Amino acid sequence: MTEKLESTAKGTIIEGMTGPWELIIGLEVHAQVNSNSKLFSGAATDFGSDPNTQVSLVDAALPGMLPVINEYCVEQAVRTGLGLKAQINKESVFARKNYFYADLPQGYQISQFDKPIVGRGQVIVDLKNGTRRIVGIERLHLEQDAGKSMHDQHPSLTYVDLNRSGVALMEIVSDPDIRSAEEAAAYVEKLRTILVYLGTCDGVMARGSMRADVNVSVRRPGEELGTRAEIKNVNSLRFMRQAIEFEAQRQIDILEDGGSIVQETRLFDASKGETRSMRSKENAHDYRYFPDPDLPPLILDDGMIERIKATLPELPDEKKARFENDYGLSAYDAGVLVADQETAAYYENVASASDPKLAANWIITELFGRLNKSEKTITDSPISAANLGKLVGLIKDNTISGRIAKDVFEIMFNEGGDPEQIVEDKGLKQVTDTGEIEGFADQVIADNPEKVAEYKGGKDKLLGWFVGQLMKASRGKANPQMANELLKKKLDEL
Amino acid sequence: MVDTTLTSLGLVEARDALDKKEISAVELTDAYITAMEKGRGLNTYITETTDLAREGAKRADENLAKGEGKPLEGLPLGIKDLYCTEGVLTTAASHILDGYKPHYESTVSANLWRDGAVMLGKLNLDEFAMGSSNETSFYGTAINPWRRNGDDTPLVAGGSSGGSSAAVAAGLCAAATGTDTGGSIRQPAALTGIVGMKPSYGRCSRWGIVAFASSLDQAGPMTRSVADAALMLRSMAGHDPMDSTSVDIEVPDYTAEVGGSVKGLRVGIPKEYRVDGMPAEVDALWQQGIDWLKDAGAEIVEISLPHTQYALPAYYIVAPAEASSNLARYDGVRYGLREDGKDLIEMYQNTRAAGFGDEVKRRVLIGTYVLSAGYYDAYYRKAQQVRTLIGQDFDTAFESVDTILAPTTPTGAFGVGEKADDPVSMYLNDVFTVPANLAGLPAISVPAGLDSQGLPLGLQLIGKHFDEATLFRAASAIESAAGFTAKPTVWWEG
Repeated sequence: MTEKLESTAKGTIIEGMTGPWELIIGLEVHAQVNSNSKLFSGAATDFGSDPNTQVSLVDAALPGMLPVINEYCVEQAVRTGLGLKAQINKESVFARKNYFYADLPQGYQISQFDKPIVGRGQVIVDLKNGTRRIVGIERLHLEQDAGKSMHDQHPSLTYVDLNRSGVALMEIVSDPDIRSAEEAAAYVEKLRTILVYLGTCDGVMARGSMRADVNVSVRRPGEELGTRAEIKNVNSLRFMRQAIEFEAQRQIDILEDGGSIVQETRLFDASKGETRSMRSKENAHDYRYFPDPDLPPLILDDGMIERIKATLPELPDEKKARFENDYGLSAYDAGVLVADQETAAYYENVASASDPKLAANWIITELFGRLNKSEKTITDSPISAANLGKLVGLIKDNTISGRIAKDVFEIMFNEGGDPEQIVEDKGLKQVTDTGEIEGFADQVIADNPEKVAEYKGGKDKLLGWFVGQLMKASRGKANPQMANELLKKKLDEL
Repeated sequence: MVDTTLTSLGLVEARDALDKKEISAVELTDAYITAMEKGRGLNTYITETTDLAREGAKRADENLAKGEGKPLEGLPLGIKDLYCTEGVLTTAASHILDGYKPHYESTVSANLWRDGAVMLGKLNLDEFAMGSSNETSFYGTAINPWRRNGDDTPLVAGGSSGGSSAAVAAGLCAAATGTDTGGSIRQPAALTGIVGMKPSYGRCSRWGIVAFASSLDQAGPMTRSVADAALMLRSMAGHDPMDSTSVDIEVPDYTAEVGGSVKGLRVGIPKEYRVDGMPAEVDALWQQGIDWLKDAGAEIVEISLPHTQYALPAYYIVAPAEASSNLARYDGVRYGLREDGKDLIEMYQNTRAAGFGDEVKRRVLIGTYVLSAGYYDAYYRKAQQVRTLIGQDFDTAFESVDTILAPTTPTGAFGVGEKADDPVSMYLNDVFTVPANLAGLPAISVPAGLDSQGLPLGLQLIGKHFDEATLFRAASAIESAAGFTAKPTVWWEG
């Protein structure tokens, strides 16, 4: 990276009644490890299974049961750490976080406390205004998920589903480097992209594969960090933006009224669009962390780390830089195209068969628009990359005009087919024969004597109108540039 | 009538008689079943599994007839009711596990059944193994078959494996399993005139044994002789991938060590174990043990274990800390006792108030306290530091000696109720046994003589990590020198 990146940039300033406020955000993202079995048991992790069908003796915390670390989950955490350019801790320790809840069968969650598996790293976030921001990663640790309490199954009882109990999560803790709700969303999206590239998390927020605890505080610009509130378990980007905006305003209102912020845990109520207090610091759990005596310290050897390093894919930042350098794309276009690996691969196929810049435009504007409208993703695009490559090639070599290409694209999208064949069959080839275009020009001039008179009277701008008429007469097939030139010549010669 | 010609046989003797077809496994088991019925006044069994025992004995006879007898074929054992046994009530002597029948078998008991042993039933213990007298059991105190000369005051059989020690001493099983967290095998063995071996931490799997203090708990045999302990441990021990703290090293043939020479063996005598107030006869017995080993050709070396005085306080921080977390799973949600309440919290409170006895509650409270924010460093962390120092004391000592000789307990058996109201005096019972648990070292108690009141006393040998072999050799030297053949007078039948 040659450009200068900002880590603690001047953030979005919120103007209050009494002056400006700066918003400070840190995120704890819980990402479910992409693994067929749980962190400390062999039970399956399939989403959407019937309640309590994926529960081992360990997950149900039956007497005498012991956890055994799932090595695959450890490798996934290391892989994620490497993808976040983070320090891998060769010795880490699992600790018990003790609290009582009906969906926490052991009465403690096995997590990592003072010795996490991954230390400091970073995520580069691209913002809409074109700037980039480094968000520091404080740590990543492995921990068990809890089960699920279901309060809506019975009028007075709570049901418990332990399918999620013991599922491996990576908690990824950011520094308080985020300065707006938009940035928070951009950070989560970037993190999600990295995890999905690495294959260590499926990134599907709708299934709870990624959730975030959001720490929000406000301060006067340049002053010390203010007291924060933690908003728990936010499970969509939209809710995250709403929660942050609500919470920031709530804190500013309190401070401007002369009050002070209470350090507490809050819940976001999506139906009301507000956060509300869950428990204050005084009532905060004392988790009584201590090293889990059932699990020896986790020791990683260099060989394992190197093996994982060797299998890392090209990551989004590197891919984006390559797209900018090799294909001459703008940072924005490159960023859009690398947002997921399928799109990036699709793009590279189209670009290699045609023109890189033109290919980027067609994918970002035409294809994405059309896919969105029909609620499809790139992987089920009716137009193959090879065919879109051919279409862009036809534009590039002037076989068809951009205008005609849109029609061909529509046919391809709806009915499929090879663009060359479609152009051939429908006779859509651009007319570049001077004689033929002259014929159209003569006809347009002959049919519109009044317009000709106006043109001759000095209304030069009418040339465009004539070109339009010519294109219409040729049913769009005339080469617009040639039409322009020939018409101008003929009109001027009159 | 109990056929004492059968129930007086130890494991090795019974195995030899079975091999020679002098007796059948069914006869042997039936003799024990009769003895168990007659001995119910000792309150040693919580659950008798006579049907299972008879089936097992029948199968053993078939195997023996085919010449397919395994190492423990047909030998009737009692199992401490802390081991989960498939389909058989498992209580940990706690009300909170009411009605709990595991659908899995602990690794250690499964190893015993694999090697042909027969289960007579589940033996009494202190609730969750917390106690030194078996008086904390929800099922009442197991009574020591030994009595003071001319005094029929009921005495405790030690604890926590008090049911095991009393049953083995009274001939209600050929041998029993115990568990030892701070002396729970060795102390009751010493108080009932039997052999009790606590192997190195990691030697036997903890999987399926109800956890008390995970970093200290270790399963071991309680037997009539050193040879029996050697035979039984061989079957119990071994690496278990289900227990991450179990160690993957070879289990030697311990029986080969029994009767082996101790010539040149360096035996350490720790001066710090001469505690104030130790009865003269215990001191005299210790000296006797020194002389026996010296006479057998061992070299006696004075050693220092300077941090010994801190072992007991450290133990009574570490063990309750782990216990407070391990026992959190007994919450009334999934199994065992549930006492309803108006909400979840009240249900927890009602269930745990009714389900746990006073000693368990005391330790859960102590454990919760020492792990609490603000106290962790002063107590738990400090105790772990002490633990490290105690381990270093032993490491240093073992540079110059091969084993360490000390008394097992400061006194012989005491009366039921005598110490029940004084937890600290009760805790002092563990003063000589706790250091081996803190350091994870193997240790064995051998009956060595009777005190002035006619009650058995034991000597303890502590060994290097995973050097149980040397302990068996040295213990058998003491055993043969002591010629301890005293048996309690049978008063409990009828």
